[in-house]
Amino acid sequence: MAQALNLADFQREPGAKVACLVVAVLLSVFALYVVSETYSATMQLHMYLIMAFCYAAAFWLMTRSNEKPAQVNADGTPNYNEAVVRYGVAASTIWGVVGFIAGLYIALQLAFPALNLDLPFTTFGRVRPLHTSAVIFAFGGNVLLAASFYVVQRTCRARLAGDIAPWFVFWGYQLFIVLAATGYLFGVTQSKEYAEPEWYVDLWLTAVWVTYLLVFLATLWKRSAPHIYVANWFFLAFIITIAMLHVGNNLAIPVSLTCPQSVIVWAGVQEAMIQLWYGHNAVGFFLTAGFLAIMYYFIPKQANRPVYSYRLSIIHFWSLIFLYIWAGPHHLHFTALPDWAQTLGMTFSIMLWMPSWGGLMTLSGAWDKLRTDPVLRMMFVSVAFYGMSTFEGPVMSIKAVNSLSHYTDWTIGHVHSGALGWVGYISFGALYCLVPMLWRTPLYSKRLVEWHFWISTIGIVLYMVAMWFAGITQGLMWRAYDALGFLQYSFGETVEVLHPYYLVRAIGGLLFVIGSIIMAYNLYMTARQGRVPAEARSRDVAGDHIGDAGAVPAE
Amino acid sequence: MSSEHKDVDQHSGTETTGHEWDGIKELNTPLPKWWLYTFYVTVVWALGYFIVFPAIPYFDGSKWDATGGVINYDQRAVVAEAVEENEARLKPYTEAIVKASFQEILADQELMDVAYAGGSIAFKENCAGCHGTGAQGFVAFPNLNDDDWLWGGTIEDIHQTITHGIRWEQDYDTRYSQMPSFGSDEILEKEDIKDVTQYVMQLGGLDHSAEAAARGATVFEEQCSVCHAADGKGDKTQGAPNLTDAIWLFGSDRETIYETIYYARNSVMPAWKERLDEATIKKLAVYVYSLGGGVEPSDAAAR
Repeated sequence: MAQALNLADFQREPGAKVACLVVAVLLSVFALYVVSETYSATMQLHMYLIMAFCYAAAFWLMTRSNEKPAQVNADGTPNYNEAVVRYGVAASTIWGVVGFIAGLYIALQLAFPALNLDLPFTTFGRVRPLHTSAVIFAFGGNVLLAASFYVVQRTCRARLAGDIAPWFVFWGYQLFIVLAATGYLFGVTQSKEYAEPEWYVDLWLTAVWVTYLLVFLATLWKRSAPHIYVANWFFLAFIITIAMLHVGNNLAIPVSLTCPQSVIVWAGVQEAMIQLWYGHNAVGFFLTAGFLAIMYYFIPKQANRPVYSYRLSIIHFWSLIFLYIWAGPHHLHFTALPDWAQTLGMTFSIMLWMPSWGGLMTLSGAWDKLRTDPVLRMMFVSVAFYGMSTFEGPVMSIKAVNSLSHYTDWTIGHVHSGALGWVGYISFGALYCLVPMLWRTPLYSKRLVEWHFWISTIGIVLYMVAMWFAGITQGLMWRAYDALGFLQYSFGETVEVLHPYYLVRAIGGLLFVIGSIIMAYNLYMTARQGRVPAEARSRDVAGDHIGDAGAVPAE
Repeated sequence: MSSEHKDVDQHSGTETTGHEWDGIKELNTPLPKWWLYTFYVTVVWALGYFIVFPAIPYFDGSKWDATGGVINYDQRAVVAEAVEENEARLKPYTEAIVKASFQEILADQELMDVAYAGGSIAFKENCAGCHGTGAQGFVAFPNLNDDDWLWGGTIEDIHQTITHGIRWEQDYDTRYSQMPSFGSDEILEKEDIKDVTQYVMQLGGLDHSAEAAARGATVFEEQCSVCHAADGKGDKTQGAPNLTDAIWLFGSDRETIYETIYYARNSVMPAWKERLDEATIKKLAVYVYSLGGGVEPSDAAAR
């Protein structure tokens, strides 16, 4: 603490650090006020967590050296900030396993409802948002955070902008995850799909996300590479659009500053449209654009092949960005949404088909490596799943198909072929690349990657096939009429028929969970055997060469 | 890169753009033809769709509207038309079913088919939650396939039960009776209840203690026979079940029977006239009657 109270340090560099300290103190005072005033135990818990975060941040700031990390190493190479990337990799691995297990649990609940244990905290309605948020935002979000911070530095040949800011982005995002997850389990929710957290958690995420955008932009700004690599376009589109979607969808008026509840400003069918504008583009810009950025860096890197076509990458980017944002209304076919808006959603979904496929060709010329490199194979299969689900999506957006598929398990199958196959596998591929790069060691075991690959692939196939059968069965039973115009089946009968498919789905999910645990073990062992240079370990302050040689993929 | 320096990829023989990021290069491959043309086709198709279907919103000076497209499509009109068409097809049957007596319906094969089909799905939608999709029943919810009826099994009885419910207090015509809670209301001593339990088990042909049953017979005579009849065969006007058969709504083990007498059982069924129209209720009555346990009026009279 002697160091903490060194006023000379503050006088030398009073700027950012003092400002951050002041914000932390003010925020903790506000949190204390809310704790004393609110009736909600969950909000109290959340405010205690925010206070703990502020105090930890203040302590960290005070004990931190004022010396700024060097921008370049002694030999002129950029002094990359890898520590925050390593944290992101570790966090995504852990959250991933947690989120997959939550998914398995609710899959089992659907087959055996008694597993909700008759407790409010473990009912399907609360655990389901826990699952979706854990896999999308905690797992996927941390993969994107880590990968974007890694890729933007390498492809800009510049150290990540900011010193405190990237750490605020990382830890602030983890706090958001904890606030969201505990809120769901204790029943504090605004009931908007994929945007369940209440207003104060939304505000916190807004602060984190804007900081993320600024760090990313500032790093692009100070790049020493002449052009901006295509992966960074996609990352930037992802960060900006998510900011816009998050703010637009969550516009709400809190009941009071000390009340967790709020009133959403949108109403009726407009609220539904805003909700699915957000929901669909969360898929489009979080789960597609962000992970396409990962694909554009890690596949050429691991395959050691050039990107297939520069022109295609430009057209791919702009057509995807332009078309995706209009496709949301296809989630509201045959509802109160006006016909013209449904037309918009459907036609733009169809036009989106080819732009979605813009990135598939990069692997040509590296086919032989698929046999020997399980990490590359994982990423290739990921792209195959991507191609399949981005074909299936537009097909399902066609109203004639949608009238059969809508509200059935076909939708669940479609989402998971994209989520498990595309997002899951490209993320696993990126993690398998990143950990050896960051810890400067070959992967602990390629054999375990093979096991992970095959176990998970069988799991995904079981999941998808079960949901296709279930969904089409459901859709056909719901619309079955007899000659007199009477429905043939009741809802209860369709539920009975689905039971075996739900069992198969749960088995598929179990295999996917097992695969992810194998990966977590493999990554942990890799990191343990790794040798992180002392300078790269904490602040990357100065000196030691962490050149590109360190980034050679595992052999 | 200067224009003279061409960097060519060895594998594909294609030039690169000369850019490089962290070892990654880009080929200068033109857009694949199949990709471009498929994209064009989807765009042309979308433009065609805009022309045919409602697509462009506009403000007409007083309210928002949208182009209807050349076929002037309106999903609400499509649904309304389909519903109307179906109702028109069923209307003569529905009217006939409402008007006809049950004997007439049962005698008319065509009406019977409609009533059975409509009753079947109405049953699954509304009744299966308690009685099961096969009307097989569960503990506390009677099986409707057998000929053991609590409140009578003629088609008129069934119709009455469905319409007004059982112990559904908002409905003045609901079927009503109340079994006393002999234990919790301290009408009988625990020992007496134990004895009656044995007697009830004797009536049902279950294993029992003859000695206790003999004591219980007296209590039964005093307390239970009013509703369940002296011979234990029950009374359908009061919904008092027959205790001499092998059908037990709540269970036939000693603890369950004891519990039934101690706390009583007064199950409730809603009055469906609040939710379903008369035609549907009649169809339901026909369906339930036809499940196998329906009682002919003459049989009912004979009893």
